[in-house]
Amino acid sequence: MSIILDKVNYIYSPDTAYQIQALRDINLEIKDGQFIGIIGHTGSGKSTLIQHLNGLMRATSGAIYFHGLDIYDEDFELRELRNRVGLVFQYPEHQLFETTIFDDVCFGPQNQGLTKEEAGLRAFEALRSVGLPEELYYQSPFDLSGGQKRRVAIAGVLAMKPEVLILDEPTAGLDPAGRDEILDLIARMHRERGMTVILVSHSMEDVAKYVDRIVVMNQGQVLYDGVPREVFRHYRELEKIGLAAPQVTYLMHELAAAGLKVDAEATTVEEARACLMEALTGVSSARRDIHRE
Amino acid sequence: MDAWGRGTVICMSIIRARQLVHEYIRRDEEGNVESISTALDHVDLDVKQGDFIAILGHNGSGKSTLAKHINALLTPSEGTLYVDGMDTSAEENIFPVRQAAGMVFQNPDNQIIASVVEEDVGFGPENIGVPTEEIWRRVEESLAAVGMTKYRHHSPNKLSGGQKQRVAIAGVVAMQPKCIVLDEPTAMLDPNGRADVIRTAHELNREKGVTIILITHYMEEVVDADKVFVMDSGKVVMQGTPRQIFSQVGKLKEYRLDVPQVTILADLLRQSGINIPIGVLTRQELVEAVLRAAQIS
Repeated sequence: MSIILDKVNYIYSPDTAYQIQALRDINLEIKDGQFIGIIGHTGSGKSTLIQHLNGLMRATSGAIYFHGLDIYDEDFELRELRNRVGLVFQYPEHQLFETTIFDDVCFGPQNQGLTKEEAGLRAFEALRSVGLPEELYYQSPFDLSGGQKRRVAIAGVLAMKPEVLILDEPTAGLDPAGRDEILDLIARMHRERGMTVILVSHSMEDVAKYVDRIVVMNQGQVLYDGVPREVFRHYRELEKIGLAAPQVTYLMHELAAAGLKVDAEATTVEEARACLMEALTGVSSARRDIHRE
Repeated sequence: MDAWGRGTVICMSIIRARQLVHEYIRRDEEGNVESISTALDHVDLDVKQGDFIAILGHNGSGKSTLAKHINALLTPSEGTLYVDGMDTSAEENIFPVRQAAGMVFQNPDNQIIASVVEEDVGFGPENIGVPTEEIWRRVEESLAAVGMTKYRHHSPNKLSGGQKQRVAIAGVVAMQPKCIVLDEPTAMLDPNGRADVIRTAHELNREKGVTIILITHYMEEVVDADKVFVMDSGKVVMQGTPRQIFSQVGKLKEYRLDVPQVTILADLLRQSGINIPIGVLTRQELVEAVLRAAQIS
């Protein structure tokens, strides 16, 4: 099962002087259980694209299928789609509003029609999974730190038990430890619950470390779509459209250019270490060690 | 003479904090004190005129509170803060302090007010009664300094995040400050925008002698700073050159921070027995170290 986009176009303010085509003939298949990163410069269409996936925006033309059903079909329950495809916006903590953290997380499931008790259970589960200490549950969400607020906001979406979790720059503005905590949490959701995750990010290093597929957006189109090392192989083209490769990828390319016999396509620190150990000691055990880990 | 053609002021420290304390006081509906949290806890800090300073610290460590003090948006609960020789707690100094120390915030969309780039840049000087001719001269110079001259007639909302942020910086530059505080100016930008903003800050520092105070969560942006301050629980807990700071990986992790990717990789290689020196900060340094280890050079 999956989400399929078939020639999706979206035009802002059509038939006016301000007409802008934000999406152009997007064809994508998002398979169940994938961990996808979407990258692209500001204004490349990333946010427009993800808002189509749960029906918040309606394509100007083209079709979107969720588990084989056309979401623009009259009989299709968009409400159901929004329950199953959870979207965490940028700076989601700005949307916290209840008097206690617990009530805030209950809001989503209650809105889905669950009873107070059921919603409460969901909230407990979600707050526990994001690792918020229990003594905070009945405090005001506004007294929390930035990283904690963001975890509460993510819990609010998790409590709705989505099959697909979409996050728009979930780590913007967080300190390094906060960034790692959020990304590790998302990776765990993906691993343990088989949740499909779509991560929009401006950090090439984070994308390289976590996702198994990268979709590169440029001027409303999909420019590249593949595993990280394939995509970052095009680092020169990525630079031309405002992006980059991870730091270590540049390092490896520079070393290869200087004559070191090394696999230049490493995209994470761990891969780079393994490749460099192999190149420097002639032993590839380092690489095997990594795989065993 | 300073960068803006004014006479030299003999003042080594542009920023000088002594036992600076800031308390956020929460009150209930009757005005009784409900709780007090100490955001700055007896901070001593000196920034030399013309330096490029970076401040690191986790969310809630007090960085932004400190930044707001430098701009006199907040004033000391206890202790003193001098900006360009002026005591920020004296009411009459508030506007001169803000003119001496400009501020750029995280979200460019909250800082741009005019509908044309050059008008936005000219807003500050116009607001303090600079003569028209002089305003245009400053607008020209500021846009050139951030590399945005060719967008002067554009609408700011058609620009990319990095371009908007550079317009915001130009708006501050037009006030001819001695010091610019940038509070996470790249948090919302894509890689290109991030690089442009950091390069602009370095150019202003190098070419105009403007003191830069950069607050950031991106460790890579800090490696070229003259000095790094690390904050935790409202205190300055580490200070030194980037090399001194980033060679203390364990301590940084305790403070919820990190080191640049190349530093991590260099450390991993050294732990695996490769001869790589301590304190590698940049890609260039690691390339050279690895080539030496491989005996290619």
